[in-house]
Amino acid sequence: MDFQEKLVHDLVAKYGTDRENLLPILQGVIDQERYLSEEAILKIAKEMSIPAADVYGTATFYSFLDTEPRGKYVIRVCKTITCAMKGKNQIIQAIESFLKIKVGETTIDKKFTILQTNCLGWCHKAPAMLVNDDVYTELTPDSVVDILREYREEN
Amino acid sequence: MTTTKKQLHRIDLIFKNEQDCKEILRNALARSNQEVINEMVNSGLKGRGGAGFPTGLKWKLTAEQKVDEKFVICNADEGEPGTFKDREILTRVPHKVLSGMAVCAKIIGARKGYIYLRGEYKFLVPNLKKELRRFHDILDELGLDFRVEIFMGSGAYICGEESALFESMEGKRGEPRNKPPFPTEIGYLNKPTVINNVETLAHSYTILKYGAKKFRELGVKDSRGSKVFSVSGDTPIPGIYELELGMSVQDFVDDFGDGDTKAVQVGGASGFLVPRKRFGKTSIGYQGKLTGISLPTGGSMMIFNSSRSMYNVLNNYLDFFEEESCGQCTPCRVGCQQLLKGIKAVKRGEKPASYLDKLLKLTDTMKLTAKCGLGQSVANSFSSIVENFREEMIY
Repeated sequence: MDFQEKLVHDLVAKYGTDRENLLPILQGVIDQERYLSEEAILKIAKEMSIPAADVYGTATFYSFLDTEPRGKYVIRVCKTITCAMKGKNQIIQAIESFLKIKVGETTIDKKFTILQTNCLGWCHKAPAMLVNDDVYTELTPDSVVDILREYREEN
Repeated sequence: MTTTKKQLHRIDLIFKNEQDCKEILRNALARSNQEVINEMVNSGLKGRGGAGFPTGLKWKLTAEQKVDEKFVICNADEGEPGTFKDREILTRVPHKVLSGMAVCAKIIGARKGYIYLRGEYKFLVPNLKKELRRFHDILDELGLDFRVEIFMGSGAYICGEESALFESMEGKRGEPRNKPPFPTEIGYLNKPTVINNVETLAHSYTILKYGAKKFRELGVKDSRGSKVFSVSGDTPIPGIYELELGMSVQDFVDDFGDGDTKAVQVGGASGFLVPRKRFGKTSIGYQGKLTGISLPTGGSMMIFNSSRSMYNVLNNYLDFFEEESCGQCTPCRVGCQQLLKGIKAVKRGEKPASYLDKLLKLTDTMKLTAKCGLGQSVANSFSSIVENFREEMIY
C-alpha cells in the first residue's frame, strides 16, 4: 500500500463511508498532500463507494480544496476591500519578488505557492494573509518577507 | 452648526467574563420548555447573522416538529467582507455559545450539535476542542444527553447561507436549496434543524442569565438588544464593539470616523452603502422605520474616507461576488459576471454612461429571480453605490 492509499484508507476508516464525511476526508488529504490529485480523488471514491465525479464535483467547489499541485506552504493573501485599501498590492509585490514567482505559481522547490483569497475576517488588522492555517496580520512589505524567510529557512 | 458630540453607549454583555455557565444551564434546564421559549420570544432577539429572523420563533417551530432526530447548528461560517466578530466571540466566550446550543437542544429535542467553522478560522480548533471537553463534562454532570462537534468549512462564502451549509455538511457542493421548506422542518440530513449565528447563541446566554426584560431595555422598537459590530476601513479605532441597536449612522461616524468620512458600508458587500448626506437619516437595526431608513447588518461596518474611489470599492465587491457565486442559478452566475464587465466597460468609455441604468435593471432582475440571498443582495451595494456616486463610476 503506498502512502496515499494508506492515507485515504485511514481517513475513511476514521470518519466512515457516509457521504457527510466527504469534506473531512478531503480536508485530511489536503493537510498531508496540499492538493487533491486525480489518483487521490479516485481512491476516495472507491473507498467510499461514491462516483468519482461526485467527489470531484464537491472538491472543485471549495477554494481551499485545491485540485492542482501546491507547495508545502500555501500563502493566501486577502484581497477583499479593507485589505485592498490597506496595501494588499504592496504585500503581494514583496512576496512575489522575494519568492521570485507570481500569484498562482509554485516555487521550483515546491515549498511555496502564492494565492489570493477572499475576506479572511481580519479587516481591523489589514492587510492579512494565511500561510496554510496560520494567520498573519497588519503586514508590511518588510514584515511579510521576514515571516517567509523563517518558513524558507526551516527544515 | 454646532453639535454636542455624544459618545455611543458601549455595552459590555457578550464579552463580560462570566464563568457561571453551569449555573445558567442548570436553571435553564430546570424550567419548562414553554417558559424558556417565551423568554426568548419576549426578549425580541433576532438572528445576528444579518437576516434577523426571530430566534425564539425559530426554536419554537423546530420544537413543534414531531421527529425523533433533530440538530442544533452554530453557523460560524463568518465570511461577509468586513465581519470578524464571531471569531472574537468564539475566542473569548465560547462557553456562552455552547450554553445557548445546549439549551436550544433540550427544548427542541436534539442530541447532536455542530459548529460549522469557516476554514479560515482553523487556528481556533485546538482551543475550541478544549472548551468542548470541559463543556461536555458539565453536560454529563447536569444529565443532558447532547454532544457538539466541529465541522470545518473549506473556503466558500456561500456556505454561510444556511441551506448551502447543510449541503456542505452532507459532503456536497455548497449550493443553496429552494425554500420552503425551511430548516425548522427540513434541515441537515433532512431533519428539523435550528441553525443560529454565533452571536445569536451568545445573546441567548445573556437572556437566560439576566432575563428578557433586561435585554429588551436595550435598543429600539423592533430592534432590541445589543449587537456586536465589526468596525474597519478608514477609522483610527478599528475593532469589535458591542453597541445598542437603533443608533444613527451619523452618531456612529462621529464616534468611529476619521473626520473625513465619505460613506459607510453597512452589512458588508451584500449590504448598503450610506453616503454622507444620508448619515443623519439612516439608522442601524431591523425593519420598523424610525426617522428614515433602518438598515440591518450582521455587524459589518466599513468606513470610507474621501480618498477612496467608490468605483474601486464596487469593483472589489463585484469581483468578490463573481467568485463566490455558487453558479447554480443563472441570474446570479451570469448577473455577477455582467455587472463586473459592465462597470469596467463604462469606466473605460467602451459603453455610454446610460449603460449603468441597464445594469441597475439587471440587479432588479437578480433581486427577483436569484435563488438565494447572495444573488438577491448584490443589488443592495450595486444600486446604493451607483446611484450615489454615479460620476465616480464614469470618470
